[in-house]
Parts: sequence; C-alpha cells; structure tokens
Amino acid sequence: MAFKENPDLYRKDWRWQEGDLTVTRTCHWSAPGCHDSCGVLLYTDKDDNLVKIEGDPNQTYNNGTLCMRCLNMLEAVNHPERLKYPMKRAGERGEDKWERISWEEALDIIEENVRRIQKEYGPESIVGMMGTGRNCNWAVPLITYAGFGSPNFALGFLSGDSCMLPRAAISAAVMGDLPIIDAAQFWPERYDHEGWKRPDYIFMVGNNPLKSNGDGFLGHWIVEMMKMGTKLIVSDPQLTWLAAKAEVWLQGRPGTDGALALAMIHVIIEEDLYDHEFVEKWTYGFDQLTECVKEWTPEKAEEITWIPADKIRKAARLFASGDPSSLQWGVAVDMNVGGIPQAHAWIAMNAICGNIEKPGGNLIARDAYGMVLSYPYGYDKYIPPEMQAKRIGLDFSPLHRFAAGAATAHGDSILQCIETDKPYPIKMIWFQSTNPIANMAGEAPRVYDAINKMDFVVVVDVFKTPTAVAFADLVLPAAMSCERNSIRGWWTPTRAITKVTSYYEAKSDEDIVVAVCSRLNPENFKPRTDIELLEEAVENGIDNPPFTYAELTKMVDSWPERPYAMHEKGLLRSDGEPGFNTPTGKIELYSLVLEALGDPALPYYEEPRESPISTPDLYEEYPLVLTTGHRSYEFFHSEHRQQPTMREFHPWPLVEMHPDTAKKYGVKDGDWVWIENTRGRCRQVVHETPTMDPRVLNAEHGWWFPEQDAAEPSLFGVFDSNINNLTNQCVTGATGYGAPYKSQLCKIYKCTEENSEVMPGKQVTELGGFKYDRIQYTDDAVHDNTNEEMLEGRKYVY
Amino acid sequence: MSIKDYGLLINYDFCTGCHTCEIACKKEHDLPEGQWGIRVLQDGPREKEDGTWEYTYMPLPTTLCDLCEERVEEGRLPTCVHHCQARVMQFDTYDELAKQLPNMPRTVIYAVK
Ligand code: SF4
Ligand code: SF4
Ligand code: SF4
Repeated sequence: MAFKENPDLYRKDWRWQEGDLTVTRTCHWSAPGCHDSCGVLLYTDKDDNLVKIEGDPNQTYNNGTLCMRCLNMLEAVNHPERLKYPMKRAGERGEDKWERISWEEALDIIEENVRRIQKEYGPESIVGMMGTGRNCNWAVPLITYAGFGSPNFALGFLSGDSCMLPRAAISAAVMGDLPIIDAAQFWPERYDHEGWKRPDYIFMVGNNPLKSNGDGFLGHWIVEMMKMGTKLIVSDPQLTWLAAKAEVWLQGRPGTDGALALAMIHVIIEEDLYDHEFVEKWTYGFDQLTECVKEWTPEKAEEITWIPADKIRKAARLFASGDPSSLQWGVAVDMNVGGIPQAHAWIAMNAICGNIEKPGGNLIARDAYGMVLSYPYGYDKYIPPEMQAKRIGLDFSPLHRFAAGAATAHGDSILQCIETDKPYPIKMIWFQSTNPIANMAGEAPRVYDAINKMDFVVVVDVFKTPTAVAFADLVLPAAMSCERNSIRGWWTPTRAITKVTSYYEAKSDEDIVVAVCSRLNPENFKPRTDIELLEEAVENGIDNPPFTYAELTKMVDSWPERPYAMHEKGLLRSDGEPGFNTPTGKIELYSLVLEALGDPALPYYEEPRESPISTPDLYEEYPLVLTTGHRSYEFFHSEHRQQPTMREFHPWPLVEMHPDTAKKYGVKDGDWVWIENTRGRCRQVVHETPTMDPRVLNAEHGWWFPEQDAAEPSLFGVFDSNINNLTNQCVTGATGYGAPYKSQLCKIYKCTEENSEVMPGKQVTELGGFKYDRIQYTDDAVHDNTNEEMLEGRKYVY
Repeated sequence: MSIKDYGLLINYDFCTGCHTCEIACKKEHDLPEGQWGIRVLQDGPREKEDGTWEYTYMPLPTTLCDLCEERVEEGRLPTCVHHCQARVMQFDTYDELAKQLPNMPRTVIYAVK
C-alpha cells in the first residue's frame, strides 16, 4: 500500500493543536534572513518556546521544502549570544564595555540625540541604513522619514548601491517595471496554472540562484523547470552545478558580461533571429540599437571576455530560438561600473526576442495589491519637498529618482559627505540589520574611519556584531521572524508573518518603528502598536487588498489575480492605455529618460577601471583577476557565522582557485594565503578547484569570527579575512550606480608567521589603516543636465 | 506494513548538493558534530573528452539512518524527503517507487532497513 501522509498533521488552517504542541502555519522572513519568505510550520510548547520547524507542504511557494538556514532555525533562535536587552556603551568605542538599560532609557537617549542634531544641523544630518532584502525594508525607511525627518535612507555603505538597485533603476527607466522569470510563482496552483509553460531556455547571468535565492526568487524553481525539459545557458566565471548542466557554459572574465551582452545582441540581429512583431509593436529605438551593436562581433567580445566567439554565437542562437526563453539575472550585473548599461543590454536582448509578459518568459513583477513595503514607504507622507531636495546624491545621480520601489540616497555620496562635510555634515547613523564593516561596505577600512566620525551611532541587530562593538553608542536587540507580527509584501503572494514566541527584551522591527516614531513624531505618526502599523500598511495598499491584517494572519497568504500580457491590456500605466510605463509606452532600447538625464541612451560596454586591459602595468604587479561575493548554502551574507552546525559545514573563508594557480604560487588546499592589492590585504583558506579559470580568484565575503575577541583590535577578526579591504568606494558608473566588487586585481602569497605579525585588524583600528590615496568623486562628476520636466512628469502606477 | 517495506528513491540527476537532507536529518535525530544520517557524496567536477562536465551529487544514507521510523509511524515523510529542495527524494513502498524508474534516468532506490 502506497505511503500516505496523515492530513491531520498538515492542515490548511493557520493554527492547530497537536498533542502538547501548538502548530502555527505562517511564513519566515528574517531575521535571520534571506530574500525569500518560505512557508513554515512553527511548533511551540505550552510556554511558547519554539521547539520545532518544518516546511509547510501547503504553501506552494516552497512546497514544504526548506534550505539549511530555516532548518537550523532553533540554533539561531536559542543562541546564547543573542542580544537580550538594550545596552549603552560604558567604555570607549571598540572596548566592548556595556551597561544594560531599559527600552525607556534607550528611547530617552535616542530622543535627546536626535533633537540635538536636528536643531544644530538639521534632520538631514541623520542617516538610516539597513542590509539587503531583510524584513526591515520598510521599517528602516519609516524610522528615517517619520522618526528623524531625514530623506537619507540608504544601504549600509554598499558602493554603487550595487545590489538590485541598478537593475531596478534602469528597468524602471526603460521599461517602467522590473522583469523577473516566470516560474509560475504568481499563482497558487503554480506549474498547473492555465497557460503557463516552461521556458525552452533559461539564460543565467551574474548569479547562482540555487545558493543566492535573490530578489524573491527561490533558486530551486529552476530545477523544477529543468525536470520539465527547460535547458540552460549559463554565464559564470566559475563552473557551478547549474553551469555543468548547461547546453553552453560561458566562462568569462569577471566584469565583462556587458561585452557579452552586446555581442549576443549583435548575433541575434545580424542573423535575423529576433521577434519582428514584438520589436515593431513594443520596442523603441531598434535601429539605433542595431547600429550600436554593429561593431560588437563575437570575435571582438572574445578578446575582452575570454569567451570563445563560437560559444557566444551558440548561446545567442539558442536563447533566440526559445519560445520563450527567459533571463535569470543577478547581482553581478549590478556589481561593476558598467552595471547600468549592461542591465540595459540584457533588457534589450530579452525584449527583441519577445520574451516579456509571455508565459514562461519574463514577467513584470509588482508587489501584490500595490502594497509597496519597501524603501519609499512613508517618503512622500513624512518628508516635505524642500527636505526631499536635500537627499544626498540626487544631483550626482538623478537616475536615483527612478529606482521606483528601490530608490535611496546614494551610498558613496553619503561616505564622501561624511568625509568632507559637504554639502552638509552627517552626525548620526542608525544601523538596523546591517553589519557594513563585515559585509556590504566596499573599502571597509575607509568606512570604519568614516563611521567613527559620528556623534551618535545606534545599532539594531540580533547579535552583537563587529559594527556594534566598533561604533555603537546604543545597541538594541531585534526579534527574529518567529517573534514578530509582520507582512511579506515583496512580489506575490502577500504573506502573514505571525508571532509565536518572544526572546527576553528583543523587539520586532515593527515594534521598534512604533516606539521610535511615536516618541519622536507623535502628532504625525499615528500607529501605537505593531498591529496598528500593519493594518495601516494594508490600508495603504493601492490595489485595495481584500483583507485586513488580522484576516491575513488567518488566511496565511493571499494571491492577487495576474493575467499575462499586462502591457496589451492597459494594466501597466496610470493612464490605463496599453503599453509599458515609459515615455513612449514601449520598452526603450534607446532610452529617452537616460537621454534627458545626460547619460548615454543606448547600452554600451565599460571595461573595469582596474583590469588586464585598462591597467596593464598594475596587472603585472597584481596578476590575478579577483571576484567575490558568491554565496554559500550555509550563510546569508555576514549572518549565521555563530551557528555551530553551519560552521561544521563551512568552517573558514575560502578563496577558490584553479590547481594550476595554486601550484604557480606555491600554495595548496587548506593553506592560509594573503590576498593583496593596492588598497589592502586579507587572508583566506585555499580551495583548489578545476571550476575556476587559472587567471581568476574567487574569494568569499561577509566573514567574521564570533568566537574571537570582540574588542579592538580584533573586532571578531572582522578585518582579517575581509575581502572589502581590497574593494573600492566612489568608483562607480557615471549614473552613480554600479561598483566593481566583482572585478579587482590582486596577488596572493602564503601566510607565514613573519608576514602575519601585523594583522589587518590592528592595521585598521590602531595603525591608521592601509596607506594609499582614497579616491574621491570630483565636482565635475555632478550632472548638470537634469530635465526636471522629465523627472517630475513620471507617474508610478503603484 | 513495517518500515522494512519502504525504500528511499533519489533521482540524483537533479540533486544539487544543497545539504538540506543532511541538516534536516541531523536536527531531527539530534546528531552531534561529526555524525550524519545521510551524507551527500560528490563526483567531479571533471571535464569529459567531449568538453561537457561530470558534476554529480549522490546522497548516501548512513548506518544511522532509521528511515525516520517515528515520523513515518505518525504519518509524516522522512524529514530529508519532506524538505529536499530539488524534490528529488521519495519515500514509499518498493512497488510504488519502482514504477517510476522507467521515466527517471539516473535514479537509485535504497533499501535501508
Ligand atoms: S530560502 Fe531558506 S532561509 Fe530563506 S525563507 Fe526559504 S528556507 Fe528560509
Ligand atoms: S530517512 Fe530520516 S534518518 Fe534516514 S537519512 Fe532521511 S532524515 Fe535521516
Ligand atoms: S536535499 Fe535533495 S537536492 Fe539537496 S542535497 Fe539532499 S538530495 Fe540533494
């Protein structure tokens, strides 16, 4: 007799009793975190302790599956080192001396400092920062806007804002919205959805979705489609498991995908493989595009990318042959100086092949029911136009106004503003769920110096991080996902996150918003509880969500209707006309918005500023191309390092290299090596693998060692293995977007006792950092050709 | 029926090596550091003569695997099967599992108990 699951154990109710345990059916979304929000069953005992977690088989988003991180949730939630109480600094910064205080005292300290800085310098002198894609996407902006009255919300010193924001900005500019791959994730019945078909080809560039699960896309959906017959084309400097399964694997030089894109478009147009009807009806500027890719023969691209021309041709032909094909792009597209034009090129390639808004192609993604719980939340309500005009970096990067749901102040400009006090001084930073010196801040030692200039620093997190020890005057304990009431609004479905337990005095991000904003702005900020805040968020949904928050909790999720071919049906523009939400109503291969902003209106290729081609002399001294930032199953960026089970799987930071490279430099698997360039050095452990090109190194990011000393000079060893000792700030594309995290030059040498006497932690915290000239933006980098009419005339449907 | 009538099917063609089965098992059975109920083994990556690549993961239940007998008795799938991210694991009677083999190249059925 076939095995049958007991349906009583996996119900569709939101909560039920199973013996002594209460089972709550809900969703998980940070902390600890990733970009996704899988359905989970949380089992609590009679004292509300979380005792077990399982994937929810009735949530079709993940169909019961979970990755390592949710499966190890109990180790995270019950970790003895979690922050339990608010604490204020009792010694010097970096000494790791703290005094426990109450939340009331913490709020008093916050109020006193915020009022003082607002009065002396203006609200704009306060900056709010968060990490990537956590469930405080709207909480930190709201605290910044409603609480501090400042327009300056940004990511934690992420250079070039290079994580999804460049793709979001250029997508908004040239096609009105962000396209994502159609894995039938917009409908609860998933792959059975009427009309859905699997793509013939998926072209993957700039990510390994199995590990990264970026931007609300669960990577293993790709595997489901492979089982149905979808074939892969993969561009990746390393052979991943997906690349090994691909029809074509394009092993390019990091930072050169822009050249690949132009050459693929060249082939598709030259060989007449494009979708004439779609081009005619729904694109603008095809002739100009044709002209601009003329010179981009695969042979020319081969010289730049190191990818054989015949492979480029094959990839282009296969992609164009799909009915449809779809594009799975990732953060590496953003992480180079040519991020914007590269993303524009991929959009153009996908558009001329007619894959947009087709079943199994790429669909326009919007937050369900117009509930945009992200960076702009509360911006227009709480920040008056005169104050909005002070947002840092808008003059330098007018395109920053176009990032729609992802618009922020400009990260590099904030750093420069701190360093120069121009156009005004920055005096306070509020870090929530971000650990920049461990993770996203390029040129981390420089950022360390900048943050130390602050009068007042608050860190809100789940663990005492290196950032907290180094800078915080006040540390506040944040709740984890199972300890909070919240909403997942990012794409579809809208999901309820339901509180089942609590941890000492940790507060949810929602509770922190309410506590801070009702203290600092009691007249204008109305919600007084997390539930009131959430109900207000539902009411703010533009497309009339058919539920209240209380109802959503019991529904667990809600899926809005979503037809295909939205552009044909007049569902994308505020005027209700057919077309895309752009000036021409078409996908702009030649962009009128970029033209109006004084940026090149067509895609182009920009060589990394440090590379074998652009700096051959430097390449002699630093003969390896360095890429970084790839993910692992165990960790989400700088998180999870304190969990013993994760460290059992992945104990040390690994730098991957071809065996020939290891041999050439006299190192072998397991050796610690120094990785060094003109800006600094760090050490990681060699992992030899034939998946790499011998000319390229792949180093990990996000490492700190919670088991090491907290106090300076160690700061949990955060600088010792920090690949961001080698990356840049203020080296971005002309639009201010895109920074070269993924394409540096470096050399390596084996660690010895002698050459390890001065560790990077000491160098940075005690010896004034590594010695070199820090790059600054110059005044003439500021755009003067801002077409106000074009900027103001833009209307979002959300 | 007894647990001996059930087997574990793995379509290793699509196993991504995501470690979910390993950690799910470790947590369900509270296994200490260094102990495993299932291990994901790896062949490759190795370039073949035709330029394509061999890169295969193969999960192997260890002698600690009890097929999640307690869970199965309650009417739950083994936790590795329940959570497998690539959904390549199945738990059922040998008859049911064997039916799938003709359409599922690169698949094994483990008799564990
Ligand atoms: S992707 Fe992993 S960490 Fe993120 S919600 Fe899903 S199971 Fe949890
Ligand atoms: S069946 Fe249970 S015991 Fe066996 S490997 Fe899977 S999870 Fe472990
Ligand atoms: S959980 Fe599934 S896909 Fe992941 S390693 Fe195990 S068998 Fe492979």
